[in-house]
Amino acid sequence: MPEQTPDEVISAGGAGAGMDLAIEEGETLEKTPGGPEGTGPAEKPRSLWSDAWRDLRRNPVFIISALIILFLVIISIWPSLITNQDPLNCDLGKAQESSQPGHPFGFDGQGCDVYTRTVYGARASVTVGVCATLGVSLLGGILGGFAGFFGGWWDSILSRLTDVFFGIPVVLGGLVFLSVVPGSTVWPVIGFIVLLGWPQIARIARGSVITAKQNDYVQAARALGASNSRIMLRHIAPNAVAPVIVVATIALGTYISLEATLSFLGVGLKPPAVSWGIDISAAANYIRNAPHMLLWPAGALAVTVLAFIMLGDAVRDALDPKLR
Amino acid sequence: MRGATQAKWAACAVAVALMATACGGGGGGGGGGANGIVSSSWGDPQNPLEPANTNEVQGGKVLDMVFRGLKKYDPKTGAATNMLAEKIESTDSQNFTITLKDGWTFSNGEKVTAHSFVDAWNYGALLKNNQKNAYFFGYIDGYDKVHPNTGNASAATLSGLKVVDPKTFTVKLSQKFSLWPDTLGYPAFAPLPKAFFTDHAAWVSKPVGNGPYTIENYTKGSSMSLRKWDGYPGDDKAQNGGIDLKVYTDSNTAYTDLVAGNLDLVDDVPASQLKNVKADLGDRYINTPAGIIQTIAFPFYDKKWDTPGGIKVRQGLSMAINRDQITSQIFQKTRTPASDWTSPVLGEEGGFKKGLCGAPCEYNAADAKKLVQEGGGIPGGQLKISYNADTGSHKEWVDAVCNSINKALGNNKACVGAPVGTFADFRSQVSQQKLTGPWRAGWQMDYPLIQNFLQPTYYTNASSNDGKWSNKQFDSLIDKANAESDKAKAVSTFQDAERVLAEQMPVIPLWYQNGSAGYSDRITNVALNQFSVPVYEQIKVK
Amino acid sequence: MGRYVIRRLLQMIPVFFGTTLLIFLMVNVMGDPIAGLCGERQCDPATAAQLRKEFGLDKPVWQQYVTYMGNVFTGDFGTAFNGQKVTELMATAFPITIRLTVIAIVFEVVIGISLGVVTGLRRGRPVDTTVLILTLVVISVPTFVTGLLLQLLLGVKWGIIDPSVSSEAPFNELLVPGLVLASVSLAYVTRLTRTSIAENARADYVRTAVAKGLPRRRVVIRHLLRNSLIPVVTFIGTDVGALMGGAIVTERIFNIHGVGYQLYQGILRQNSQTVVGFVTILVLVFLAANLIVDLLYAVLDPRIRYA
Repeated sequence: MPEQTPDEVISAGGAGAGMDLAIEEGETLEKTPGGPEGTGPAEKPRSLWSDAWRDLRRNPVFIISALIILFLVIISIWPSLITNQDPLNCDLGKAQESSQPGHPFGFDGQGCDVYTRTVYGARASVTVGVCATLGVSLLGGILGGFAGFFGGWWDSILSRLTDVFFGIPVVLGGLVFLSVVPGSTVWPVIGFIVLLGWPQIARIARGSVITAKQNDYVQAARALGASNSRIMLRHIAPNAVAPVIVVATIALGTYISLEATLSFLGVGLKPPAVSWGIDISAAANYIRNAPHMLLWPAGALAVTVLAFIMLGDAVRDALDPKLR
Repeated sequence: MRGATQAKWAACAVAVALMATACGGGGGGGGGGANGIVSSSWGDPQNPLEPANTNEVQGGKVLDMVFRGLKKYDPKTGAATNMLAEKIESTDSQNFTITLKDGWTFSNGEKVTAHSFVDAWNYGALLKNNQKNAYFFGYIDGYDKVHPNTGNASAATLSGLKVVDPKTFTVKLSQKFSLWPDTLGYPAFAPLPKAFFTDHAAWVSKPVGNGPYTIENYTKGSSMSLRKWDGYPGDDKAQNGGIDLKVYTDSNTAYTDLVAGNLDLVDDVPASQLKNVKADLGDRYINTPAGIIQTIAFPFYDKKWDTPGGIKVRQGLSMAINRDQITSQIFQKTRTPASDWTSPVLGEEGGFKKGLCGAPCEYNAADAKKLVQEGGGIPGGQLKISYNADTGSHKEWVDAVCNSINKALGNNKACVGAPVGTFADFRSQVSQQKLTGPWRAGWQMDYPLIQNFLQPTYYTNASSNDGKWSNKQFDSLIDKANAESDKAKAVSTFQDAERVLAEQMPVIPLWYQNGSAGYSDRITNVALNQFSVPVYEQIKVK
Repeated sequence: MGRYVIRRLLQMIPVFFGTTLLIFLMVNVMGDPIAGLCGERQCDPATAAQLRKEFGLDKPVWQQYVTYMGNVFTGDFGTAFNGQKVTELMATAFPITIRLTVIAIVFEVVIGISLGVVTGLRRGRPVDTTVLILTLVVISVPTFVTGLLLQLLLGVKWGIIDPSVSSEAPFNELLVPGLVLASVSLAYVTRLTRTSIAENARADYVRTAVAKGLPRRRVVIRHLLRNSLIPVVTFIGTDVGALMGGAIVTERIFNIHGVGYQLYQGILRQNSQTVVGFVTILVLVFLAANLIVDLLYAVLDPRIRYA
């Protein structure tokens, strides 16, 4: 066991082989697929992050999800690599037709090629998902973390602020914010999601920081005279970040769906933009007669979300020293 | 599905049988079907159910069942026939004498008299009553006193209305309008009982009228039960026992409920379900013309659009729209490509003329591109068609229209849809002249007259001339047609005015909208009238 | 504890005013609602002006807000455009939505937490992977698709349920809509519980409990679960408000005349009286739920003390 982080020293040895006792069936909880259990203890001290990276490189879940995400990023930047058609070139005469040579996924309600639109839709959808999640996690994590750590007035003000934001119905917020901030790019949509999404993460972060704060190692670090910033960054953040990552990776999927809902309401991305959200909301009404219109963009969305959740899980496990 | 549905129908059949026996036992009454109740989809009416305050179909449905006016439009031909009116006479197209038939009462027993009409109309016209259809009384002399454009009313009643005796009243119009009596079938002209004025709150919560149905129960926002009024004096008595209107949150849900056997009648089949209609309902589906035309309007208040070359651009754009393809692929033929600015429900005699628009309304990609270029191209480089995203399936057709234009012009970004979140916001942007590009427009007729399709929408500064188009020749032809006392001559003069529209193309006509409805196999004899409202009183229950 | 609750209750006052003011401004920013009342044509200017006066829209926004709040404190939430009292709308809408929310929360708690515990204890096993993929599918498909699909299959194809909910909306008709409404949150709860359980399964107290020879069930429920619930409880607490106000899509698909539907109608018609009224109540519910969650922290984790 690497024993470099003070957290582990203080938390009385952290995870050990004895932990298996907790579960009578003797399952090894800490065994992430391919995760190295108790390898090489006699190495140089390493940081939490380099440890994590070492773990990740050997984790097939991480490798697979990273490859999927890499692929998505590449086709987001150069969609023409895998399709030579124009997503806006549609032939209404072929509306709702199913697959045929040259058009493997069939046509949508406007007679556009579903395959091409799915490929081109990746850019907007992945951008919305990733940027909104990053924005929400940073803003919500930091504000929530502060609230939980400092307590008192900080906590009161920030908690009440999250309350105010939670009170705003998403649809109303969307209609107002996005009709006041016009434009057919993804940025107003991302801004709106961050604005309405951060309280959720902030609440979670606050809750887990409050829990982490109570731990003995934090008390000990404080007794040893560690500064607030050191306690927060070195002791609490790594221990409180897990729920945030879990919620954030799931939220990524819902944000892409939310973009669909906003498009459905006419305030999300606007044509000529192409996104999975636009296509899913348009296809939902045709679920009975042309399910292929829904299947492909929704499938692409599902795979993307899967990749990000798996990635999130792997990173979370790698960051958790107790799991090593 | 089969099992459950059959079980439900079996239960229904038992219920009907029991009811029929009960009726039979009581001696008299109708046979089994005549007391059957029909359940029908409904939407929450936007305004209180006052006749002069109801301007949309959902409230209109109720008024149609609960009220009868001086005239009624024949559900098939659209002709205005006398209902409560014995006769409406005029010698000069401006002063009318209206005589009522005997024997009409409200369902609370009160007699329908000339006062019932005159009081109702005065109420509807008076500014402080906030009646949204007040403009219907605008042709009556003295309207500008009771409903001035600014400030307070200087009179409480219309000076043009005079009660002669309980059966007779006279109307003086402020201008000649030969076809005016034919407008009187609109619900805004319905008579009102005394209770409406004496206990208004109670009346609004459960309206009382003189139609074939009475309201038994009204739960705002969720349902209304209407029952046949046995004492109804008219000859269009209800053929069923009553109608239960159920508010649905979404037309898709209502349709699903119909297919599952929980509902008898849906009068608004959503576009996305049209492909399934044959499989789900077989021939229990009707698709008949309604007095609605959809168009694309332009902002003539904006210098960019009010140019001499603009005519060519608008004609070019019109020719770039493949109406046949869009109406069959997006609307499954529940719309008919438009070739004039009226509606087929008027009939040839009423002024509908197929092909009046000519070549500019026919798809021709090559000429379209040429014309747009000759006219100086699309102002601003890109055509942004505004529409509201919250109702109807506007997104689908606007996208299809844009694709068609883009294809014809050979530019994938020449035209895009510009959704606006809510109808209210959309309308306020239109009426405050904030839009700098074209928008989707539609006109649902108030009464089946060619005048109603032309004057309110294209006459200079008319109430629905949102684009502020103005043309002297058009205006004078409309004035001339209104003064014409011979109906056929009036109609042909209106058509002359319409030809001006064909030359100028102030709005692009897209298609005539049909009413579409589906019904269960419990009921027969279902039809929609020209306002796409089901003719409820004729429905028969098996 | 008592002082803490009082302090929190006092803090609700600024939140209450802040939110209502914000919502009031937002509805106002959306523009003139009168234009939408006259269908496809323009309201004649005199009637429009008269209507504006009647609904108080001709006054400055701050004055409208003050008048409105003054009325609210006397129990008058105003009138919708169709002439119906907003309080009447609330009286019919809230009971339905509360039933729907209760069902959704029960689903979240029962199914979500059970699945979370099972997968948390069996990380990496086939059960875990299966549930992971299932939750994933649920998350990645938007609610309106799940709702329409279930309605089509259960309601129309197989006839197991009625595709639409009647206006009384009894509990049994709300089961499927409740499940649809809960679906995404359910996936969150499962995954949050799973993570939390997996983490705490290695804590000292669990080891001690096992060492003491306590039965497995007791260890899991009394020790492990109790300590793993903080993030989950936080989430469910914040979810109550979201479920009640956010059921717009579900309510629309299943024809439920609840809060989400009324709110959506109010928003579309830009009726500030309806929107602000409903949101005001939702905010109160939300604040109460948050307070309860914070108090539950102390119950779940005795180390947390509120002074």
